[in-house]
Amino acid sequence: MNVVEIRKDFPILQQTVNGHPLVYLDSAATSQKPRQVIEVLCRYYETDNANVHRGVHTLGTRATEAYELAREKVARFINAPSPLQVVFTRGTTESLNMVAYGWARRKLGPGDEIVTTPAEHHSNLIPWQQAARATGATLKYVPLQPDGTISLEDVRAAVTPRTKLMAIAHVSNVLGTIHPVREIAEIVHQAGGILVVDGAQSVPHLPVDVQALDCDFLAFSGHKMCGPTGIGVLYGKKRLLDEMEPTYFGGEMIDVVELYESTWKETPWKFEGGTPIIAGAIGLGAAVDYLSQIGMQEIRNHDLRITAYALERLREVEDLAIYGPAEAERRGGLVTFNLGQIHPHDVSTVLDAQGVAIRAGHHCAQPLMRILNVPATARASFYLYNTEEDIDALVRALRSAKEFFGHAVG
Amino acid sequence: MQLDDLYRQVIMDHYQHPRNQGDLEGDAVTVDLRNPSCGDEIKLQLQVENGMVRDVRFRGAGCSISMASASMMTEAIKGLSVADALHLAQTFRAMMRGEAVDADELGDLEALSGVSKFPARIKCATLAWQALQRAVGPAEHADDAD
Repeated sequence: MNVVEIRKDFPILQQTVNGHPLVYLDSAATSQKPRQVIEVLCRYYETDNANVHRGVHTLGTRATEAYELAREKVARFINAPSPLQVVFTRGTTESLNMVAYGWARRKLGPGDEIVTTPAEHHSNLIPWQQAARATGATLKYVPLQPDGTISLEDVRAAVTPRTKLMAIAHVSNVLGTIHPVREIAEIVHQAGGILVVDGAQSVPHLPVDVQALDCDFLAFSGHKMCGPTGIGVLYGKKRLLDEMEPTYFGGEMIDVVELYESTWKETPWKFEGGTPIIAGAIGLGAAVDYLSQIGMQEIRNHDLRITAYALERLREVEDLAIYGPAEAERRGGLVTFNLGQIHPHDVSTVLDAQGVAIRAGHHCAQPLMRILNVPATARASFYLYNTEEDIDALVRALRSAKEFFGHAVG
Repeated sequence: MQLDDLYRQVIMDHYQHPRNQGDLEGDAVTVDLRNPSCGDEIKLQLQVENGMVRDVRFRGAGCSISMASASMMTEAIKGLSVADALHLAQTFRAMMRGEAVDADELGDLEALSGVSKFPARIKCATLAWQALQRAVGPAEHADDAD
């Protein structure tokens, strides 16, 4: 993988910010987009734009074919048995809510259990809190180990025959931990439950094979994997998608509409009410092409190299606390940290003045911040366009932040 | 972008040595406020007598800007009438929006004017002032967006 060549694909990286070359270390929030994706979006609007699945004119046919081709590309990318198991959504949050509304709320009742972890992103936590409240089910947590991992023993202890659903991130957006999803799926299946996987931080960075993982649902977002914002995916096992209720009703998703009752299309279209996110899906298809051409294993190897280098260099910075697993192999491409007593907002502002973009805050994981006993943290996250020099710039900027605040804060 | 515009010495001084930090004993109006987008939080306590701010204390967790702004606010409003304190809050928030304001009214608080050039940090600076407006102000001003 040639990072120098790859960087040329990303026009946004060729700029200075506050007088310094941009060092973009916030891809876990959203990735940048390669020219190949931007051009496909422009071309679609310039030559093929029309509504899909209706009308018989030429543009309508072209748009429909491109939209459904994107579904096939995504299905191949995650090794789904069929494109019909790929539902286009607005993003991970919507995908997870669709499972919570269309499946969990219909299937769960008092005495049933939902199992998750306290490290989840709010989008993989609140939908289950709400579903538990609405159905009388109990929400249970698998405890977090001090290094940010979970133990399979604890999963076995938490999952019982009453567990109808377990939800977990494949890769934690704060700690970076890669969770053993396949082993967890086995435990949950043995108990008769289903496993919902938040793939927002894994699908962009690791080879993900839904059949090998044997997860029941997988949710992820296009914008974190070189695609546009506003498009995401819900993959599900066919049987589960078939028994799941649509969340939105209206045009596009119906079969026969009578005055007092109606029937729905087959999956996945019954979940795509209204004019779907056509350009977004086509853009995601182009992103999948781009990533596949480079190779997901190559991208994983690159992430691993950069993360290992970042861990090594960041450990040299005095007073810097790193959260999550010590070994890069157990992490996705991100490192969350705090610099002494300096608030992450202040760290981030000083870094930004040197062109270094990181994330500061609670990362949509307030319960986890409480466990770490910090109000907020700073996070640097990496992708295929980041280099060792980016990490060097980060470390330089952190040292200057320490100098800047060092005299002020002990 | 000049960092020194943001982190002026007086701000760093208040961050390092916050004034009026702690709890009030006896009757006090208490407001807990947090900025859900970043996790900053403040507990503001005011002792109001005959329309005057007799005493004020705060506790909080947050960045240098939010904590310095809170500390500076407590110094500025102690001894003011509630009406003057609320007027100062409006003037302060106008300064955050980059509007021309009365420098005399603001005094030391003018040191925070640089925050208006850092849009991502304005919410940090206004948290304490929002708490003040919520504590003693008319309901309609308390949740004004910045």
